Amino acid sequence: MYSDKVMDHFTNPRNVGEIENADGVGEVGNASCGDIMKIFLKVDENVITDVKFKTFGCGAAIATSSMVTEMAIGKTIEEALALTNQAVSEALDGLPAQKMHCSNLAADALHEAIKNYRGKSA
Amino acid sequence: MKRIYLDNNATTPVHPEVLEVMLPFYRDFFGNPSSVHWAGREVSGAIEKAREQVAALINAAPAEIVFISCGSEGDNHAIKGTAEALRDKGNHIITTTVEHPAVLETCKGLEKKGFNITYLPVDRDGMLNLAELEKAITDQTILISVMWANNETGNIYPINEIGAIAAKYGIRFHTDAVQAVGKLPVDVQKAGVHLLVLSGHKIGAPKGVGALYIKRGTRLTPLLDGGHQERGRRAGTHNVAGIVGLGKACELAGEHLVENAAHMRRLRDKLEQGILDAVPDNKLNGHPDRDRRLPNSLNISFAYIEGESLLLNLDMYGIAASSGSACTSGSLEPSHVMGAMCVEVSLAHSSTRFSLGAETTEEDIDFVLEVLPATVQRLRDMSPLYDCKKTEPCEMCETVKRI
Repeated sequence: MYSDKVMDHFTNPRNVGEIENADGVGEVGNASCGDIMKIFLKVDENVITDVKFKTFGCGAAIATSSMVTEMAIGKTIEEALALTNQAVSEALDGLPAQKMHCSNLAADALHEAIKNYRGKSA
Repeated sequence: MKRIYLDNNATTPVHPEVLEVMLPFYRDFFGNPSSVHWAGREVSGAIEKAREQVAALINAAPAEIVFISCGSEGDNHAIKGTAEALRDKGNHIITTTVEHPAVLETCKGLEKKGFNITYLPVDRDGMLNLAELEKAITDQTILISVMWANNETGNIYPINEIGAIAAKYGIRFHTDAVQAVGKLPVDVQKAGVHLLVLSGHKIGAPKGVGALYIKRGTRLTPLLDGGHQERGRRAGTHNVAGIVGLGKACELAGEHLVENAAHMRRLRDKLEQGILDAVPDNKLNGHPDRDRRLPNSLNISFAYIEGESLLLNLDMYGIAASSGSACTSGSLEPSHVMGAMCVEVSLAHSSTRFSLGAETTEEDIDFVLEVLPATVQRLRDMSPLYDCKKTEPCEMCETVKRI
Protein backbone atom coordinates (compact mmCIF):
# COMPACT_ATOMS: atom_id res chain seq x y z
CA MET A 1 0.00 0.00 0.00
CA TYR A 2 2.95 2.36 0.58
CA SER A 3 5.45 3.39 -2.11
CA ASP A 4 9.09 2.31 -1.87
CA LYS A 5 10.04 5.88 -1.01
CA VAL A 6 7.58 5.99 1.87
CA MET A 7 8.93 2.69 3.16
CA ASP A 8 12.50 3.97 2.80
CA HIS A 9 11.76 7.10 4.85
CA PHE A 10 9.77 5.06 7.34
CA THR A 11 12.52 2.49 7.78
CA ASN A 12 15.41 4.96 7.78
CA PRO A 13 13.92 8.24 8.86
CA ARG A 14 16.18 11.25 8.32
CA ASN A 15 16.76 13.90 10.97
CA VAL A 16 14.99 12.26 13.89
CA GLY A 17 15.41 14.03 17.20
CA GLU A 18 15.27 17.40 18.85
CA ILE A 19 17.39 20.54 18.51
CA GLU A 20 18.46 22.08 21.77
CA ASN A 21 17.84 25.82 21.84
CA ALA A 22 15.94 25.55 18.56
CA ASP A 23 15.10 28.81 16.84
CA GLY A 24 11.59 27.57 16.17
CA VAL A 25 9.43 24.66 17.34
CA GLY A 26 6.10 23.68 15.80
CA GLU A 27 3.60 20.97 16.66
CA VAL A 28 0.47 19.81 14.86
CA GLY A 29 -2.01 16.99 15.24
CA ASN A 30 -3.34 15.36 18.38
CA ALA A 31 -3.39 11.93 19.86
CA SER A 32 -7.09 11.37 19.21
CA CYS A 33 -6.51 11.32 15.46
CA GLY A 34 -3.40 9.24 15.98
CA ASP A 35 -0.79 11.67 14.66
CA ILE A 36 1.38 14.25 16.41
CA MET A 37 4.31 15.88 14.61
CA LYS A 38 6.84 18.15 16.22
CA ILE A 39 9.41 20.04 14.14
CA PHE A 40 12.53 21.83 15.44
CA LEU A 41 14.33 24.48 13.34
CA LYS A 42 17.73 26.13 13.31
CA VAL A 43 17.76 29.33 11.22
CA ASP A 44 20.77 31.35 10.14
CA GLU A 45 20.31 34.61 8.22
CA ASN A 46 16.86 33.63 7.03
CA VAL A 47 18.07 30.21 5.83
CA ILE A 48 16.99 26.98 7.51
CA THR A 49 20.24 25.26 8.42
CA ASP A 50 18.89 22.31 10.39
CA VAL A 51 15.55 20.59 10.94
CA LYS A 52 14.72 17.72 13.25
CA PHE A 53 11.45 15.96 14.00
CA LYS A 54 9.68 13.78 16.47
CA THR A 55 6.49 12.05 15.40
CA PHE A 56 3.84 9.86 16.98
CA GLY A 57 1.92 8.28 14.15
CA CYS A 58 1.56 5.76 11.40
CA GLY A 59 3.99 4.92 8.60
CA ALA A 60 2.80 7.86 6.50
CA ALA A 61 3.19 10.31 9.37
CA ILE A 62 6.76 9.24 10.03
CA ALA A 63 7.72 9.21 6.33
CA THR A 64 6.25 12.66 5.61
CA SER A 65 8.00 14.09 8.69
CA SER A 66 11.30 12.67 7.52
CA MET A 67 10.76 13.95 3.97
CA VAL A 68 9.85 17.47 5.01
CA THR A 69 13.05 17.81 7.01
CA GLU A 70 15.07 16.89 3.92
CA MET A 71 13.10 19.29 1.76
CA ALA A 72 13.37 22.22 4.18
CA ILE A 73 17.07 22.14 4.98
CA GLY A 74 18.88 24.81 2.93
CA LYS A 75 15.70 26.67 2.02
CA THR A 76 14.95 30.27 2.93
CA ILE A 77 12.06 30.90 5.26
CA GLU A 78 9.94 32.11 2.34
CA GLU A 79 10.75 29.03 0.26
CA ALA A 80 9.92 26.79 3.20
CA LEU A 81 6.60 28.53 3.70
CA ALA A 82 5.77 27.75 0.08
CA LEU A 83 6.21 23.99 0.72
CA THR A 84 2.84 22.25 0.81
CA ASN A 85 1.64 18.94 2.22
CA GLN A 86 0.87 18.01 -1.37
CA ALA A 87 4.51 18.64 -2.41
CA VAL A 88 5.71 16.43 0.47
CA SER A 89 3.45 13.54 -0.53
CA GLU A 90 4.46 13.94 -4.18
CA ALA A 91 8.13 13.78 -3.20
CA LEU A 92 7.28 10.42 -1.60
CA ASP A 93 5.65 9.20 -4.83
CA GLY A 94 2.22 9.65 -3.29
CA LEU A 95 0.36 8.34 -0.25
CA PRO A 96 -2.65 6.03 -0.06
CA ALA A 97 -5.87 8.04 -0.43
CA GLN A 98 -7.02 7.48 3.15
CA LYS A 99 -3.73 8.92 4.45
CA MET A 100 -3.93 12.21 2.55
CA HIS A 101 -6.07 14.02 5.07
CA CYS A 102 -5.01 12.44 8.36
CA SER A 103 -1.28 11.79 8.18
CA ASN A 104 -0.11 14.36 5.67
CA LEU A 105 0.60 17.21 8.08
CA ALA A 106 4.36 17.57 7.87
CA ALA A 107 4.39 20.89 5.96
CA ASP A 108 1.88 22.27 8.47
CA ALA A 109 4.24 21.34 11.30
CA LEU A 110 7.11 23.06 9.48
CA HIS A 111 4.99 26.19 9.01
CA GLU A 112 4.09 26.16 12.70
CA ALA A 113 7.79 26.02 13.55
CA ILE A 114 8.46 28.97 11.24
CA LYS A 115 5.61 30.92 12.84
CA ASN A 116 7.19 30.21 16.22
CA TYR A 117 10.58 31.35 14.94
CA ARG A 118 9.14 34.57 13.54
CA GLY A 119 7.32 35.25 16.79
CA LYS A 120 10.58 34.85 18.69
CA SER A 121 12.72 36.94 16.37
CA ALA A 122 10.17 39.74 16.03
CA MET B 1 12.79 -14.31 5.83
CA LYS B 2 10.93 -16.13 8.57
CA ARG B 3 7.15 -15.86 8.36
CA ILE B 4 5.38 -15.73 11.67
CA TYR B 5 1.62 -15.57 11.48
CA LEU B 6 0.03 -14.19 14.63
CA ASP B 7 -3.21 -12.91 13.13
CA ASN B 8 -5.39 -16.01 13.40
CA ASN B 9 -8.38 -14.01 14.66
CA ALA B 10 -8.39 -12.34 11.23
CA THR B 11 -8.16 -15.58 9.31
CA THR B 12 -6.43 -18.95 9.44
CA PRO B 13 -4.58 -21.00 6.85
CA VAL B 14 -6.63 -23.76 5.22
CA HIS B 15 -5.83 -27.05 6.93
CA PRO B 16 -4.17 -29.50 4.49
CA GLU B 17 -6.71 -32.23 5.30
CA VAL B 18 -9.50 -29.76 4.64
CA LEU B 19 -8.09 -28.86 1.25
CA GLU B 20 -7.69 -32.55 0.45
CA VAL B 21 -11.37 -33.35 0.97
CA MET B 22 -12.42 -30.28 -1.00
CA LEU B 23 -10.45 -30.88 -4.18
CA PRO B 24 -12.64 -33.65 -5.65
CA PHE B 25 -15.56 -31.24 -5.54
CA TYR B 26 -13.71 -28.87 -7.83
CA ARG B 27 -12.23 -31.59 -10.06
CA ASP B 28 -14.81 -34.31 -10.42
CA PHE B 29 -18.04 -33.74 -8.57
CA PHE B 30 -19.50 -30.61 -10.10
CA GLY B 31 -23.19 -31.38 -9.63
CA ASN B 32 -25.80 -29.15 -8.07
CA PRO B 33 -26.89 -30.89 -4.87
CA SER B 34 -30.50 -29.86 -5.55
CA SER B 35 -30.58 -31.94 -8.78
CA VAL B 36 -32.15 -35.41 -8.77
CA HIS B 37 -29.81 -37.00 -11.33
CA TRP B 38 -26.47 -38.72 -10.79
CA ALA B 39 -24.46 -35.51 -10.84
CA GLY B 40 -26.57 -34.01 -8.06
CA ARG B 41 -26.69 -37.22 -6.07
CA GLU B 42 -22.90 -37.37 -6.11
CA VAL B 43 -22.68 -34.19 -4.04
CA SER B 44 -25.86 -34.02 -1.98
CA GLY B 45 -24.57 -36.71 0.38
CA ALA B 46 -21.43 -34.72 1.00
CA ILE B 47 -23.46 -31.66 1.99
CA GLU B 48 -25.43 -33.73 4.51
CA LYS B 49 -22.26 -35.25 5.92
CA ALA B 50 -20.82 -31.75 6.41
CA ARG B 51 -24.04 -30.70 8.14
CA GLU B 52 -23.58 -33.55 10.61
CA GLN B 53 -19.95 -32.60 11.21
CA VAL B 54 -20.84 -28.98 11.92
CA ALA B 55 -23.77 -29.96 14.15
CA ALA B 56 -21.59 -32.34 16.17
CA LEU B 57 -19.06 -29.61 17.01
CA ILE B 58 -21.70 -27.40 18.65
CA ASN B 59 -24.05 -30.13 19.96
CA ALA B 60 -26.87 -29.29 17.55
CA ALA B 61 -29.08 -31.47 15.34
CA PRO B 62 -28.02 -31.51 11.67
CA ALA B 63 -31.39 -30.08 10.60
CA GLU B 64 -30.64 -27.00 12.71
CA ILE B 65 -27.58 -26.09 10.61
CA VAL B 66 -27.91 -23.72 7.65
CA PHE B 67 -24.91 -23.11 5.41
CA ILE B 68 -24.10 -19.49 4.68
CA SER B 69 -21.36 -17.53 2.96
CA CYS B 70 -19.70 -15.78 5.90
CA GLY B 71 -20.08 -14.64 9.49
CA SER B 72 -21.49 -11.29 8.47
CA GLU B 73 -24.28 -13.00 6.54
CA GLY B 74 -25.14 -15.09 9.57
CA ASP B 75 -25.31 -12.10 11.91
CA ASN B 76 -27.41 -10.13 9.41
CA HIS B 77 -29.74 -13.08 8.93
CA ALA B 78 -30.15 -13.76 12.65
CA ILE B 79 -30.85 -10.14 13.61
CA LYS B 80 -32.81 -8.86 10.62
CA GLY B 81 -34.63 -12.16 10.29
CA THR B 82 -35.71 -11.98 13.93
CA ALA B 83 -36.66 -8.31 13.70
CA GLU B 84 -38.95 -9.06 10.80
CA ALA B 85 -40.37 -12.33 12.07
CA LEU B 86 -41.11 -10.97 15.55
CA ARG B 87 -42.09 -7.44 14.60
CA ASP B 88 -45.60 -7.97 15.96
CA LYS B 89 -44.14 -8.96 19.34
CA GLY B 90 -41.93 -5.96 19.95
CA ASN B 91 -39.28 -3.61 18.62
CA HIS B 92 -36.50 -3.74 21.19
CA ILE B 93 -33.13 -5.49 20.81
CA ILE B 94 -30.35 -5.71 23.41
CA THR B 95 -26.76 -6.01 22.29
CA THR B 96 -23.36 -4.73 23.44
CA THR B 97 -20.97 -1.94 22.50
CA VAL B 98 -18.17 -4.40 21.71
CA GLU B 99 -19.87 -6.52 19.04
CA HIS B 100 -18.39 -7.08 15.61
CA PRO B 101 -19.49 -4.50 13.02
CA ALA B 102 -21.63 -7.24 11.41
CA VAL B 103 -23.87 -6.99 14.49
CA LEU B 104 -23.45 -3.29 15.34
CA GLU B 105 -24.10 -1.99 11.85
CA THR B 106 -27.07 -4.32 11.42
CA CYS B 107 -28.56 -2.96 14.63
CA LYS B 108 -27.89 0.61 13.57
CA GLY B 109 -29.73 -0.12 10.33
CA LEU B 110 -32.72 -1.42 12.30
CA GLU B 111 -32.75 1.74 14.42
CA LYS B 112 -33.50 3.70 11.26
CA LYS B 113 -36.45 1.37 10.68
CA GLY B 114 -37.98 2.14 14.06
CA PHE B 115 -36.37 -0.47 16.31
CA ASN B 116 -34.97 0.52 19.69
CA ILE B 117 -31.54 -0.90 20.42
CA THR B 118 -29.85 -1.04 23.81
CA TYR B 119 -26.07 -1.16 23.46
CA LEU B 120 -24.82 -2.46 26.80
CA PRO B 121 -21.61 -0.81 28.02
CA VAL B 122 -18.60 -2.79 29.23
CA ASP B 123 -16.22 -2.07 32.10
CA ARG B 124 -12.53 -1.24 31.75
CA ASP B 125 -11.74 -4.94 31.44
CA GLY B 126 -14.27 -5.18 28.62
CA MET B 127 -16.79 -7.23 30.61
CA LEU B 128 -20.58 -6.93 30.84
CA ASN B 129 -22.70 -6.36 33.91
CA LEU B 130 -25.43 -9.00 33.69
CA ALA B 131 -27.64 -7.13 36.17
CA GLU B 132 -27.67 -4.26 33.69
CA LEU B 133 -28.55 -6.66 30.91
CA GLU B 134 -31.48 -7.97 32.89
CA LYS B 135 -32.61 -4.44 33.75
CA ALA B 136 -32.59 -3.49 30.07
CA ILE B 137 -35.23 -6.10 29.24
CA THR B 138 -38.70 -4.68 28.52
CA ASP B 139 -41.97 -6.22 27.34
CA GLN B 140 -40.91 -5.09 23.86
CA THR B 141 -37.60 -6.99 23.87
CA ILE B 142 -37.48 -9.57 21.08
CA LEU B 143 -33.77 -10.39 20.92
CA ILE B 144 -30.59 -10.44 22.97
CA SER B 145 -27.43 -10.56 20.85
CA VAL B 146 -24.11 -11.04 22.65
CA MET B 147 -20.91 -12.37 21.09
CA TRP B 148 -19.41 -15.52 22.60
CA ALA B 149 -15.89 -14.09 22.53
CA ASN B 150 -14.49 -10.78 21.39
CA ASN B 151 -12.30 -10.72 18.30
CA GLU B 152 -10.02 -7.91 19.54
CA THR B 153 -9.47 -8.67 23.21
CA GLY B 154 -10.38 -12.36 23.26
CA ASN B 155 -12.70 -11.72 26.21
CA ILE B 156 -15.14 -14.59 26.75
CA TYR B 157 -18.68 -13.57 27.68
CA PRO B 158 -20.78 -15.62 30.12
CA ILE B 159 -22.99 -17.10 27.44
CA ASN B 160 -24.59 -19.76 29.64
CA GLU B 161 -25.67 -17.12 32.18
CA ILE B 162 -27.00 -14.83 29.46
CA GLY B 163 -28.85 -17.79 27.95
CA ALA B 164 -30.43 -18.43 31.34
CA ILE B 165 -31.57 -14.80 31.59
CA ALA B 166 -33.01 -14.97 28.07
CA ALA B 167 -34.86 -18.17 28.95
CA LYS B 168 -36.23 -16.65 32.16
CA TYR B 169 -37.92 -13.88 30.17
CA GLY B 170 -38.69 -15.99 27.11
CA ILE B 171 -36.50 -13.87 24.84
CA ARG B 172 -34.66 -15.10 21.80
CA PHE B 173 -30.84 -15.24 22.14
CA HIS B 174 -28.34 -14.85 19.30
CA THR B 175 -24.57 -15.19 19.66
CA ASP B 176 -21.82 -14.40 17.20
CA ALA B 177 -19.52 -17.32 18.01
CA VAL B 178 -17.13 -16.75 15.12
CA GLN B 179 -14.11 -16.39 17.44
CA ALA B 180 -15.18 -18.97 20.01
CA VAL B 181 -15.82 -22.01 17.82
CA GLY B 182 -12.72 -24.17 17.56
CA LYS B 183 -11.03 -22.45 20.51
CA LEU B 184 -13.57 -23.20 23.26
CA PRO B 185 -16.12 -25.93 23.85
CA VAL B 186 -19.35 -24.60 22.32
CA ASP B 187 -22.61 -26.31 23.26
CA VAL B 188 -25.74 -24.63 21.93
CA GLN B 189 -28.02 -26.61 24.23
CA LYS B 190 -26.14 -25.83 27.42
CA ALA B 191 -25.87 -22.18 26.36
CA GLY B 192 -29.56 -21.88 25.61
CA VAL B 193 -28.98 -20.02 22.35
CA HIS B 194 -31.53 -19.90 19.54
CA LEU B 195 -29.18 -18.56 16.88
CA LEU B 196 -25.42 -19.00 16.60
CA VAL B 197 -23.04 -17.96 13.84
CA LEU B 198 -19.74 -19.59 12.97
CA SER B 199 -17.31 -18.91 10.15
CA GLY B 200 -15.19 -21.42 8.25
CA HIS B 201 -12.05 -19.41 7.62
CA LYS B 202 -11.45 -18.84 11.33
CA ILE B 203 -11.07 -22.58 11.88
CA GLY B 204 -9.00 -23.83 8.97
CA ALA B 205 -11.71 -23.96 6.29
CA PRO B 206 -11.58 -21.60 3.31
CA LYS B 207 -13.15 -18.15 3.10
CA GLY B 208 -16.70 -17.89 1.78
CA VAL B 209 -18.43 -20.44 3.96
CA GLY B 210 -19.99 -20.51 7.41
CA ALA B 211 -22.97 -21.82 9.29
CA LEU B 212 -25.96 -20.44 11.09
CA TYR B 213 -27.46 -22.58 13.82
CA ILE B 214 -31.22 -22.06 14.02
CA LYS B 215 -32.77 -23.86 16.97
CA ARG B 216 -35.71 -25.99 15.96
CA GLY B 217 -38.93 -23.96 16.04
CA THR B 218 -37.24 -20.55 15.75
CA ARG B 219 -39.22 -18.40 13.33
CA LEU B 220 -36.78 -16.48 11.15
CA THR B 221 -37.39 -14.51 7.96
CA PRO B 222 -34.84 -15.44 5.29
CA LEU B 223 -32.29 -12.87 4.19
CA LEU B 224 -32.19 -14.11 0.60
CA ASP B 225 -35.34 -14.82 -1.38
CA GLY B 226 -35.04 -17.46 -4.05
CA GLY B 227 -34.88 -21.22 -4.31
CA HIS B 228 -35.86 -23.74 -1.67
CA GLN B 229 -32.32 -24.68 -0.62
CA GLU B 230 -31.63 -25.25 3.07
CA ARG B 231 -35.34 -25.98 3.64
CA GLY B 232 -36.27 -22.53 2.47
CA ARG B 233 -34.09 -20.88 5.06
CA ARG B 234 -31.29 -19.77 2.75
CA ALA B 235 -31.71 -19.53 -1.02
CA GLY B 236 -28.77 -19.87 -3.38
CA THR B 237 -26.85 -22.76 -4.88
CA HIS B 238 -24.62 -24.43 -2.32
CA ASN B 239 -20.90 -23.65 -2.16
CA VAL B 240 -20.30 -27.41 -2.27
CA ALA B 241 -16.51 -27.55 -1.91
CA GLY B 242 -16.55 -24.86 0.78
CA ILE B 243 -19.25 -26.67 2.74
CA VAL B 244 -17.35 -29.96 2.52
CA GLY B 245 -14.26 -28.12 3.78
CA LEU B 246 -16.22 -26.54 6.63
CA GLY B 247 -17.47 -29.95 7.69
CA LYS B 248 -13.96 -31.38 7.78
CA ALA B 249 -12.62 -28.33 9.60
CA CYS B 250 -15.33 -28.73 12.26
CA GLU B 251 -14.52 -32.41 12.65
CA LEU B 252 -10.81 -31.61 13.10
CA ALA B 253 -11.57 -28.73 15.45
CA GLY B 254 -13.60 -31.05 17.65
CA GLU B 255 -10.99 -33.80 17.62
CA HIS B 256 -8.10 -31.48 18.54
CA LEU B 257 -9.94 -28.86 20.60
CA VAL B 258 -8.36 -29.68 23.95
CA GLU B 259 -4.78 -30.13 22.72
CA ASN B 260 -4.91 -27.09 20.40
CA ALA B 261 -6.31 -24.88 23.14
CA ALA B 262 -3.64 -26.05 25.60
CA HIS B 263 -0.87 -25.49 23.05
CA MET B 264 -2.02 -21.98 22.14
CA ARG B 265 -2.64 -21.14 25.78
CA ARG B 266 0.87 -22.09 26.84
CA LEU B 267 2.48 -20.06 24.05
CA ARG B 268 0.11 -17.12 24.48
CA ASP B 269 0.91 -16.99 28.19
CA LYS B 270 4.61 -17.07 27.42
CA LEU B 271 4.25 -14.25 24.90
CA GLU B 272 2.08 -12.22 27.25
CA GLN B 273 4.36 -12.57 30.24
CA GLY B 274 7.44 -11.99 28.10
CA ILE B 275 6.09 -8.73 26.70
CA LEU B 276 4.79 -7.51 30.07
CA ASP B 277 8.23 -8.13 31.56
CA ALA B 278 10.34 -6.74 28.72
CA VAL B 279 8.45 -3.67 27.52
CA PRO B 280 7.72 -0.96 30.10
CA ASP B 281 4.68 1.36 29.91
CA ASN B 282 2.35 -1.19 28.42
CA LYS B 283 -1.33 -1.80 28.98
CA LEU B 284 -3.04 -5.15 28.61
CA ASN B 285 -6.42 -4.73 26.91
CA GLY B 286 -9.07 -7.22 27.95
CA HIS B 287 -9.69 -9.24 31.07
CA PRO B 288 -6.55 -9.53 33.22
CA ASP B 289 -7.54 -13.10 34.15
CA ARG B 290 -6.20 -15.26 31.32
CA ASP B 291 -8.95 -17.82 31.91
CA ARG B 292 -11.50 -15.21 30.91
CA ARG B 293 -9.94 -14.72 27.48
CA LEU B 294 -9.63 -16.98 24.45
CA PRO B 295 -6.55 -19.16 24.81
CA ASN B 296 -4.96 -17.69 21.67
CA SER B 297 -5.51 -13.95 22.07
CA LEU B 298 -3.38 -11.15 23.45
CA ASN B 299 -4.12 -7.45 23.02
CA ILE B 300 -1.65 -4.97 24.39
CA SER B 301 -0.97 -1.24 24.01
CA PHE B 302 2.47 0.29 24.06
CA ALA B 303 2.37 3.87 25.32
CA TYR B 304 3.77 6.72 23.18
CA ILE B 305 3.68 4.87 19.84
CA GLU B 306 1.08 4.23 17.17
CA GLY B 307 -0.07 0.76 16.11
CA GLU B 308 0.31 0.85 12.36
CA SER B 309 3.94 1.93 12.51
CA LEU B 310 4.60 -0.93 14.92
CA LEU B 311 2.85 -3.41 12.59
CA LEU B 312 4.94 -2.21 9.65
CA ASN B 313 8.10 -2.67 11.66
CA LEU B 314 7.07 -6.16 12.77
CA ASP B 315 6.12 -6.99 9.19
CA MET B 316 9.72 -6.27 8.18
CA TYR B 317 10.70 -9.14 10.48
CA GLY B 318 8.02 -11.31 8.89
CA ILE B 319 5.73 -11.03 11.90
CA ALA B 320 2.03 -10.61 11.08
CA ALA B 321 -0.15 -9.07 13.80
CA SER B 322 -2.97 -6.53 13.82
CA SER B 323 -3.88 -3.24 15.46
CA GLY B 324 -6.83 -1.23 16.73
CA SER B 325 -5.29 1.94 15.36
CA ALA B 326 -7.44 4.15 13.15
CA CYS B 327 -4.81 3.78 10.45
CA THR B 328 -5.56 0.10 10.10
CA SER B 329 -9.34 0.38 10.33
CA GLY B 330 -9.85 2.64 7.33
CA SER B 331 -11.55 5.24 9.53
CA LEU B 332 -10.36 8.18 11.62
CA GLU B 333 -11.38 6.56 14.87
CA PRO B 334 -9.43 3.88 16.67
CA SER B 335 -11.14 0.59 17.56
CA HIS B 336 -14.67 0.88 18.95
CA VAL B 337 -13.85 -1.96 21.35
CA MET B 338 -11.01 0.04 22.90
CA GLY B 339 -13.33 3.05 23.04
CA ALA B 340 -16.03 1.03 24.81
CA MET B 341 -13.44 -0.06 27.39
CA CYS B 342 -12.44 3.59 28.01
CA VAL B 343 -8.89 2.93 26.84
CA GLU B 344 -7.18 6.32 26.58
CA VAL B 345 -7.21 7.35 22.92
CA SER B 346 -3.48 7.34 22.18
CA LEU B 347 -3.26 3.89 23.80
CA ALA B 348 -6.16 2.74 21.65
CA HIS B 349 -4.20 3.84 18.59
CA SER B 350 -1.32 1.68 19.79
CA SER B 351 -3.34 -1.41 20.67
CA THR B 352 -1.73 -4.45 19.08
CA ARG B 353 -3.31 -7.87 18.79
CA PHE B 354 -1.38 -11.11 18.62
CA SER B 355 -3.65 -14.08 17.88
CA LEU B 356 -2.01 -17.49 17.83
CA GLY B 357 -2.97 -20.61 15.95
CA ALA B 358 -2.47 -24.33 16.30
CA GLU B 359 0.55 -23.97 13.98
CA THR B 360 2.29 -21.36 16.12
CA THR B 361 5.59 -22.64 17.46
CA GLU B 362 7.76 -21.92 20.47
CA GLU B 363 10.40 -20.50 18.09
CA ASP B 364 7.83 -18.05 16.69
CA ILE B 365 7.14 -16.71 20.16
CA ASP B 366 10.83 -16.57 21.07
CA PHE B 367 11.54 -14.56 17.93
CA VAL B 368 8.78 -12.05 18.67
CA LEU B 369 10.08 -11.63 22.20
CA GLU B 370 13.56 -11.14 20.79
CA VAL B 371 12.70 -8.33 18.35
CA LEU B 372 9.66 -6.61 19.87
CA PRO B 373 11.24 -4.66 22.76
CA ALA B 374 13.84 -2.95 20.55
CA THR B 375 11.23 -2.25 17.87
CA VAL B 376 8.96 -0.53 20.38
CA GLN B 377 11.92 1.41 21.77
CA ARG B 378 12.98 2.59 18.32
CA LEU B 379 9.53 4.08 17.70
CA ARG B 380 9.45 5.58 21.18
CA ASP B 381 12.75 7.32 20.53
CA MET B 382 11.03 8.96 17.57
CA SER B 383 7.89 9.94 19.48
CA PRO B 384 7.24 13.42 20.89
CA LEU B 385 5.11 11.81 23.61
CA TYR B 386 7.99 9.79 24.98
CA ASP B 387 10.23 11.18 27.68
CA CYS B 388 8.84 14.66 27.25
CA LYS B 389 10.19 15.80 30.61
CA LYS B 390 12.91 17.42 28.57
CA THR B 391 10.53 19.80 26.87
CA GLU B 392 7.49 21.63 28.15
CA PRO B 393 4.99 19.34 29.80
CA CYS B 394 2.07 18.63 27.56
CA GLU B 395 -1.34 17.49 28.63
CA MET B 396 -1.18 14.48 26.33
CA CYS B 397 2.01 13.07 27.85
CA GLU B 398 0.58 13.54 31.30
CA THR B 399 -2.49 11.55 30.31
CA VAL B 400 -0.39 8.80 28.83
CA LYS B 401 1.82 8.67 31.90
CA ARG B 402 -1.16 8.18 34.17
CA ILE B 403 -1.87 4.68 32.83
